[in-house]
Amino acid sequence: MFKLIKKGGMQKLFAFSALILIYLFFAFTGKNFTSSATTLNILASSYYVGFLALGATFVIISGGIDLSLGALMMASALIGGELYRDAGFPLWLCMVIMVLFATFVGLLNGLMVTKLKLPPFIATLGTMMGCLGFGSIITGTSSKYFPTILEPDGWFIRTFFKSANGVPLGAFYLLAFFIITFIILNKTKIGRYIFAIGNNEEAVRLSGIKVDLWKTLAYVISGLSVGIGSIFYAATYIVVIPNTGNGIELQAIAAVVIGGTSLAGGIGSLTGTMIGVFIMSVLKNGLISINLPAPYQVFFTGLVVIGAVLIDVYRNKRASKVKLK
Amino acid sequence: MSNLLLTMKDIEKSFPGVHALKKCTFSLEKGEIHALVGENGAGKSTIMNILTGSIPYDSGDIFLEDKKAHFKSPKQAQEAGISMVHQELNLMDNLTVAQNIFIGRESDNIFLNDTSINKKTKELFEQLNFHIDPEEIVGNLSVSLQQIIEIAKAISHDAKIIVFDEPSATLTEKEINQLFKIMKELKKTGVSMIYISHRMNEIKRISDRVTIMRDGEYIGTLSSEKAKIEQIIQMMVGRVIYEERKKVSTVIEGQKPILCVKNFSSKDVNNVSFDLYKGEILGFAGLIGAGRTELARLIFGADKKTSGELFIHGKKVNINSPFHAVKQGIGYLSEDRKRYGLVLGMSVSNNIVLPKLTDYISGIFINESKIKEVTKEYIEKINIKTPSEKRLVKSLSGGNQQKVIIAKWLLKNCDILIFDEPTRGIDVGAKSEVYKLMNNLAKTGKSIIMISSELPELIRMSDRVLVMCEGTHTATLKLDDINQTTIMEYATQQ
Repeated sequence: MFKLIKKGGMQKLFAFSALILIYLFFAFTGKNFTSSATTLNILASSYYVGFLALGATFVIISGGIDLSLGALMMASALIGGELYRDAGFPLWLCMVIMVLFATFVGLLNGLMVTKLKLPPFIATLGTMMGCLGFGSIITGTSSKYFPTILEPDGWFIRTFFKSANGVPLGAFYLLAFFIITFIILNKTKIGRYIFAIGNNEEAVRLSGIKVDLWKTLAYVISGLSVGIGSIFYAATYIVVIPNTGNGIELQAIAAVVIGGTSLAGGIGSLTGTMIGVFIMSVLKNGLISINLPAPYQVFFTGLVVIGAVLIDVYRNKRASKVKLK
Repeated sequence: MSNLLLTMKDIEKSFPGVHALKKCTFSLEKGEIHALVGENGAGKSTIMNILTGSIPYDSGDIFLEDKKAHFKSPKQAQEAGISMVHQELNLMDNLTVAQNIFIGRESDNIFLNDTSINKKTKELFEQLNFHIDPEEIVGNLSVSLQQIIEIAKAISHDAKIIVFDEPSATLTEKEINQLFKIMKELKKTGVSMIYISHRMNEIKRISDRVTIMRDGEYIGTLSSEKAKIEQIIQMMVGRVIYEERKKVSTVIEGQKPILCVKNFSSKDVNNVSFDLYKGEILGFAGLIGAGRTELARLIFGADKKTSGELFIHGKKVNINSPFHAVKQGIGYLSEDRKRYGLVLGMSVSNNIVLPKLTDYISGIFINESKIKEVTKEYIEKINIKTPSEKRLVKSLSGGNQQKVIIAKWLLKNCDILIFDEPTRGIDVGAKSEVYKLMNNLAKTGKSIIMISSELPELIRMSDRVLVMCEGTHTATLKLDDINQTTIMEYATQQ
């Protein structure tokens, strides 16, 4: 753990100590907060936001933003449900199509940003609204149901949500996905180029690198993560309702920012993003354990986001003051 | 005779880990133009930032007209009559000239009064004997005119002292002449000026006295008229530097050109053709706006050309993007290295291997140890001063940043290198090193195109000089014909 803090710098240290502090706070004040049931809940409620946030970290480090995350996840889950219930596709095929669809939309986002030169905010705002509408259109605005634990395809829940004896398997998939994305971002040239582009896109282009390709890839990774996230969302909630899912992208972006990734691009870490995801998850379950209803979670998440970014801004300011010669 | 306007005595300043100023002294007389020189890191900017209240100092005294002064903010300094024209322009592109000059002082009541500030701006320019429309949008003006607006802004504060931080770095010869004219006008009205510059001949031309600093210490003050340039440089660096002018071209006669540019045209370039030979340094001369950088960017594929053909080693090649250019062995060192050359937030090693990263992959993973090895080799080879290859590029000095970019293209093994203003904003010592490096590259068979607005530098380095004027190629001068007068003649031909 110490090595992790050393490598990631101050912001991650702040985020990590905030996570510990918040956890300790609820451990002392909350009812049954340290019980295994709550711990499982903390892990369980971080699944799908976790996938979205990990993917979004790539886009944000590249200097872009992806607002389509939430709506795309819902659209992808609705398509899966439609194909499963109404077209009678086998569940495994539905899952593959869900992932492919989201990846394809990610590719569209990337191409709009790189080839059509649209600002990422506008391009992904467009796909966000498109996805919201598309999900409603193909389902005829009716809710879609994934198999419950009692149906023949009950393995879906037992594999992607909780095992028969209550082990939150989703958390393990998230951990595995974190490790894979961590390697891609830190050990391969995809990651190195994405960092460089976020820092200074023009300098990278003038170094003879195909900037458009790597930038598009960041959006594709984001789309792929959304596709995988949609499977876990479906397994967690079973019922997918059209025209919902607004604001999930903001939760994911909040987690990324809490973890110290700069919205200006070029700086960021996936470890930080995971810490951000868990801070939000601990907050959610902690507030329930002290008997505060759901709206409080949103409220306090807001405070944490502002606090996290404030610390970052002041730290950077002090750092640049020292350098002024 | 107490003609003294400003005295700074025994100024001490430390940053964490750096003793930036050691008992530094500076004095300024009324109506004087006082040059301040020193290598980067000598403390010129620090002492000027202290004077203008931008940063606090540890100890020492500042006297303004015999009264003790201590400015806690740039605003306080401005109110006392001290203004600074920064090297980087601080103008708002979408506002008019007048709105920029009177920003923060628009009117005395809550309503804006553009008529009044336009009138005041007009008077200001008349006083400077300069004609710029107060209602023009600043973004439409050239960089040099914008610089003049910065100066007008400083004057409009009723400044008694104006500090110029390397204003000439972005100006051409002609514009520098205009700037000097303005400075002389101001001097007549009793304004004192401090002029920071790296260019020795300018200092001789414009200043009355020159103060030299080195490593945070005051070295001495000389009369600009009497001082010899060699003497000033020696005081600055504490050692003798000299790079001789080329007498005989090292390019082998009768060989085929390595690069052949035919009929290149675009919005800013008009039908330019030229050849480049192995081991040659080809200078590109011209005023700002002559289209030299634009031509270089066309060759490199950074911008789209409307027509033209390119031959490398006699073979026709299509270059539509920097990706293709780099593949063909062309490297481009931009005039604005922070914007176009470096990934400032990344380490020295990451910057050096950037174009060649694909060669340092084992399987799917980046091979960090191999990268470390090769960057260390290049850091040593071209003498980049950095504590480690992991240091962020933004914390290096200008000269060392430039060397990082050179290392980048050398590692990529480019045969054709385009140096666009390679010594802009770097100090005398580092300049001399860059020259040496370029000469060595040429000797080992690399071909170099060198764009420069500093004529002495072009004359000293080039085997041939290509002169451009307003997008057109006006002359190619052979080694024996290269001199200041001829170049300027062709550069202003149209």
